[in-house]
Amino acid sequence: MTSAASDGLTTIDIHGTEVQTFVGGAGPNIVYLHSALWLGDDTAFVHELAKHGHVIAPLHPGIGTGKDKNNTGSVDDLAYLYLDLIEQLKLKDVTLVGASFGGWIAAEMAVRNCNALSRLVLIDALGVKLGEREHRDIQDFYGTPDSELTRMCFADPARGGAELRSLGDDDLRRRLRAREALARYGWQPYMHNPRLKLRLHRVNVPTLVMWGDKDGVASPDYGKAYANLIPGSQFELVKNAGHLCHIEHPATVASRIQSFAHNR
Amino acid sequence: MRIYHFSEEPYPDVWTPDRPTLRVTLPNELCDPKRANELYHRYVDEWMLADQLGFDIMLNEHHSTATCLTASANLMLAILARVTKNARLLVLGVPVCNRQDPVRIAEEMSMIDVISGGRLEFGMIKGVPYEIAPANSQPTRMMDRFWEAHDIIVKAMTTHNGAFNFEGEFFHHRTVNIWPRPWQQPHPPIWSSTSTPANAKEIGLRGYVVGSFMGGIDETRKLHKAYAEGYREGGFGNDVPVDRFGYLAMCATANTEAEARRRADMIADYLRTNAQVADPFNKPPGYFSVDAAFRSMRSPNPRAFRTLVTPKGRPVELSTATLDDFIECGIAFAGTPDQVFEQICSFVDGIGGLGNLLLMGQGGHLNHEETVDSITLFGKQVLPRLKARYAPEMKFAA
Repeated sequence: MTSAASDGLTTIDIHGTEVQTFVGGAGPNIVYLHSALWLGDDTAFVHELAKHGHVIAPLHPGIGTGKDKNNTGSVDDLAYLYLDLIEQLKLKDVTLVGASFGGWIAAEMAVRNCNALSRLVLIDALGVKLGEREHRDIQDFYGTPDSELTRMCFADPARGGAELRSLGDDDLRRRLRAREALARYGWQPYMHNPRLKLRLHRVNVPTLVMWGDKDGVASPDYGKAYANLIPGSQFELVKNAGHLCHIEHPATVASRIQSFAHNR
Repeated sequence: MRIYHFSEEPYPDVWTPDRPTLRVTLPNELCDPKRANELYHRYVDEWMLADQLGFDIMLNEHHSTATCLTASANLMLAILARVTKNARLLVLGVPVCNRQDPVRIAEEMSMIDVISGGRLEFGMIKGVPYEIAPANSQPTRMMDRFWEAHDIIVKAMTTHNGAFNFEGEFFHHRTVNIWPRPWQQPHPPIWSSTSTPANAKEIGLRGYVVGSFMGGIDETRKLHKAYAEGYREGGFGNDVPVDRFGYLAMCATANTEAEARRRADMIADYLRTNAQVADPFNKPPGYFSVDAAFRSMRSPNPRAFRTLVTPKGRPVELSTATLDDFIECGIAFAGTPDQVFEQICSFVDGIGGLGNLLLMGQGGHLNHEETVDSITLFGKQVLPRLKARYAPEMKFAA
């Protein structure tokens, strides 16, 4: 998730929902949707992206502290919220990047409307149900102790950053808000939309699906099958990386996104 | 004063302190159905005896656990509605936030009220944190869901001129028309339970009965004061009748103090095992506010179950407390009939009056013979004295 340590956040009012947003860098537009997981800190990744473009990275409502008279409560709400954000900021040729839960939102946006997008990048994205009903595609964040979850998210748990307990007050509160907000959005059906896989054929921009080769939350096989549902997409593994591969290897992942975005 | 006999219908055969959890993920291969059958019949016999002795009856429900075999309070209530004669039947309560269909709750409660001839006391509760997972229910915005479910249940019980429509934020029913309607009019007495003054005030605003569990004198008095504030604000009058308050404590009686203490210690395993829950299920996201979760993360012992303060100001952590700690806090009454009577009077007077005393008279490994002896002694030698001393029309003395 985006840390408060990021440069100052701008509050953008989108039809009654105040979204605290990181805005930085210059160049082609990159909209980045964060994972909402309460582990790790993606500040370094956001700064890497900002070396390559104009980054707009909103904190999902409930994690940011903006007022929300619309009671944003589903991924459907978030997909329309961020499509509205793109429209309101008059962004064109956007490279839309989403990691984990943020990848699910990005996919939901792309199946609705790709007009403002030029590229879609999904990093260890959640959002589809692929296995049998008794198979758990996506590990249960809320039935897993944090120590184990850290091992699923990071090939090297040392790259996961500080334990929650040792964070400063503001940062800890933000992580706890993330833990709650992610549940509000993804509790049931658990971290997926049963209809999304039937809609992914609608994605009509070049798509890159990147996956940590040691992702313990959603396996690389799940990632490959996800990518296969998106016409013409590319699937690539990030070596020696868990579910939050962009936090483990921020420069590598950001520069691969840059080369993908510029290869037209 | 009404005095309720309560048991969680435990299955204590597999309770060992070394198990990391007694709930949620404990495999049911450990539950022998033949043993469970004996236990169910035994606990019904104890409730029937309690009925004969002049007690009222309380039950609740828990899920995926060896601590409580009552997986559906409604099913057990239906049995008790038929086999008991006089006792009020209190469920505290139905976990309405973990139910998909509030109309079904209204139907079942009305059935039980009618079968029992109007003896139902209807508690609606949010549900405990570690049962979010077994119910797979959404742990965020639970209280919003709670009050919407409450609204549709009360409307279903009190609407008698045909079907009505309900399209809320959480629940949708286009044709609500329950049969039977409740025996008690306009609806059975409604209870809810809480441990926070804010919720106690909410319950007071509606004039319902507030139940609280093992909070000791200080905490309970604070809750009752908050309730009274809501009660007055709700326009129910300045004087709060003590029948608006229920309080749950553990209780064991015997002819000797030593035997009563031995029994109470077994019942107290109920509290000691409460903390035996696998970590991630203990604190579901959103169940506690971000502020409460923050305080818990910052506390020196985040696994602590609940900490009380004795009347002398000494903190007591319930999961590791001794029997004397429990007695000192007013969450266990144990001794000879005279001792138990005095302990209860001292507690009730200390909180400013009480209309409903909820007693866990069976818990843990306390066996049938011990339970029968304990509640019989209480029923014959303590209960009549309490009823004589605390008239139902008494008012809360804040």
